[in-house]
Amino acid sequence: MSAAPNVSSEPVAASGGARRVGGFLRRGSVFLLLALLVVVFAAAEPAFLGVANFMSVLQAVSVVAILAVGVTISMAVGGFDLSVGAVAASSVMAASYAMVVWRFDAIETVALALAFGLVVGLANATLIVVVGVPDLLATLAMNFLLTGLQLIPTAGRSIATGLILPSGASANGAFDPAFLAIGRSRAFDVAPIPVLLMLAIGALAFVLTERTRIGRLLFAVGGNEIAARLAGARTERLKTLAYALSATLASLGGVIVAARVGRGDVSSGASLLLDAVAASLIGFAVLAARRPNVFGAVVGAIFVGVLLNGLTMLNVPYYTQDFVKGAVLVGALGLTYGLGRSTT
Amino acid sequence: MTAAERKPVALRGRAIAKRFGSTRALSGVDFELAGGEIVGLMGANGAGKSTLVNILVGATRADAGELSLDGNPYRPSTPGEAARAGVVAIHQATDRAGAPGLTVAETLLIDRFANGRSGFFLSPASIRRQAAAIAEASGFALPLDRDFADVGPAERQLIAIARALASQARVLILDEPTASLSTAESERLFAILEGLAARGLAILYISHRTQDLRRLASRVLVLRGGRAAAAFARPIDFSAALEAMIGRPLAGAHIAAREVAGEAALEISALRLRRDGPSLDLAVRAGEVVAITGPLGAGKSRLLLTLFGALPIVAGDIRLDGRPWRPRNPADAIAAGVHMAGEDRRRTSLAPADWPGGTLSAAIALPHLRRWFPSGFLRAGVERAHAVGAIRRLGIRASGPDARLDTLSGGNQQKVVLARWQAVEPRLMLLDEPFQGVDVGARADIAAAVRAQSGVATLIATSDPEEALEVADRIVFLDDRGLRPFSAPTADAGLAASGVSS
Repeated sequence: MSAAPNVSSEPVAASGGARRVGGFLRRGSVFLLLALLVVVFAAAEPAFLGVANFMSVLQAVSVVAILAVGVTISMAVGGFDLSVGAVAASSVMAASYAMVVWRFDAIETVALALAFGLVVGLANATLIVVVGVPDLLATLAMNFLLTGLQLIPTAGRSIATGLILPSGASANGAFDPAFLAIGRSRAFDVAPIPVLLMLAIGALAFVLTERTRIGRLLFAVGGNEIAARLAGARTERLKTLAYALSATLASLGGVIVAARVGRGDVSSGASLLLDAVAASLIGFAVLAARRPNVFGAVVGAIFVGVLLNGLTMLNVPYYTQDFVKGAVLVGALGLTYGLGRSTT
Repeated sequence: MTAAERKPVALRGRAIAKRFGSTRALSGVDFELAGGEIVGLMGANGAGKSTLVNILVGATRADAGELSLDGNPYRPSTPGEAARAGVVAIHQATDRAGAPGLTVAETLLIDRFANGRSGFFLSPASIRRQAAAIAEASGFALPLDRDFADVGPAERQLIAIARALASQARVLILDEPTASLSTAESERLFAILEGLAARGLAILYISHRTQDLRRLASRVLVLRGGRAAAAFARPIDFSAALEAMIGRPLAGAHIAAREVAGEAALEISALRLRRDGPSLDLAVRAGEVVAITGPLGAGKSRLLLTLFGALPIVAGDIRLDGRPWRPRNPADAIAAGVHMAGEDRRRTSLAPADWPGGTLSAAIALPHLRRWFPSGFLRAGVERAHAVGAIRRLGIRASGPDARLDTLSGGNQQKVVLARWQAVEPRLMLLDEPFQGVDVGARADIAAAVRAQSGVATLIATSDPEEALEVADRIVFLDDRGLRPFSAPTADAGLAASGVSS
């Protein structure tokens, strides 16, 4: 890590001023790029700067940002939750199934979906902490398991009113309007509820990870697990907490998707995992933190959202989106780690 | 083996010097090593042994001085270059001699795989054949088909030596090779090393164990403070060698001893660290500093970790202030006032500098978060106040309480670790190798801070008897036969501390 001997081949001639500028560029790289994008897009398409468009960008990234916060928390304990995409997708299915088949109301449905996420998180934690499966493998396996599991109750069909169950009966429950409001309504006719949820969760998770005892201990586990245990930290509990939070946040993401789409679409979670991982990793570059951090993850998600929104407005074909996301990720990480080495 | 037919090798060093920052690791060391002889190298922690070895194998460059091999200038810039010239070090950590998942046969051939001499395609039969040839040339019986993960430290040592011989090594450097070996295994290694010396190899044998050196070494070189303090030829006077190593007469060396009266804070009776281990008894009074010394692998760390709840109690009884003490985990221990600073601070104590917890103040606060922040919310002011106090009390040299740990020297990092565990006064303080990688000045500060805690029972594990003499009121010696008092300050006791049993 950072304590590795610094064998820089760079000439030591860089003046203090130049180094300060370099440090500023590095810390602010993501924000500078973001500002640059906004200027370019606004120049090409004035509608880009409107409040409505801004809100639509935030709404589009809200689910990814919430998942990215969860992934970031799992990274803080030195792990990596790769099951968040499947947790979100299967909680879309669980919520839809609960309303359409079991006729749950909004509150019951949300409670069920979040409980489902919590259970998956605890299962992940059990595999990792008790059984000792490496975290990447455990959560990736859980990702596969859930991706398959969500298809079974409906025999692979998407869920909407009138769904034909495997038994042959048709389910005639409907999405509770109060549930749909989670995804579709706006506070004060301006801010969509998902955006408010994203900001609230971002703020709470930021305070938890950066300003509380628990957060410090989570990072202590991820930074040096032996040292954390010898300092009296209950490392098993902390890891369990991290995976439980991560999966519960992912299931909240699923609730938002279900409420926005209004049906239980079997393919709804397809790109969520990689988008969330990308946002968390871009977060490493924000303010040159070089570590998982909640603020960076949310900024990372917004950054990708702005980029994609702007490119769409400029009529760049949709099939280039994944390439653009990948390029941003590679660039951000290269910048953080590459430039970082020559100045520390 | 071709090495045997060649003219005996000679490795010479003249005025070798090396400094790291402001620390002189080596200041003008001369030495000579000839084929056919086994030379012992002794020195306390920080005397410059590792630096010298690193220079010989090309891991570090000397700042000044000349090395020659067979009369030609020798300036290796990488371990690979040194190995091609025939100079190889066998590290103490034998797990580096191979990789789990490879068989012993494959491990023996790693060097050939790496330098491309093995050919691109490999058949199991050819691997087995080449490996068998290497094992036979070295004269060792090695379990070629076993996984490297399943062979013990003694076998791994032999694998490392066989690899070195296969790559035509003519100078072997061994660092505490018997540290993790049983007596029988050590004896087998000694016979092998003598055989190798008879074949014309030059062997530099680094050890604290005078019994090893008495058995093997034709000469002993003693380093102290980066200088060649003394050299001894057979018959080697080990009392004089130890005195040269610690830099003062053995008699009267234990200046730190104080008579401490009062009740025992810690009592250990019939404690076993392993099922087949010896039964241990020890009492430490409040205000007393007791050091446990003894060879590596004797169980010093294991004892401390057991008292701290990080390892289960195999058998026996521990009492803390007269009450039975059975901690289930370190959290239990800390809550009961038992603190422990582990050995190798980077592995057991410190967080990466980039992470939260990577600053001086956060490093001190880590075990005390619940006590200092009962609401759950961190307050930087509280952390800083404790850190400022520690900086003043221990003389930590840092830019301030927010300094990143990687900007601190080793000695100052160790002071931070001590400050962490002194920030709240414990009943029992356990310190495992607290002077590892610490310069002499910081060592004195740390010893003084440890001794100043008058209400605390302190137990220190150190493999270096000189450190024990400097910090402890009382010293005990632990080896595979159990704990015994170290009856300083006679020459015999000095020998006992280094592992010689009379």
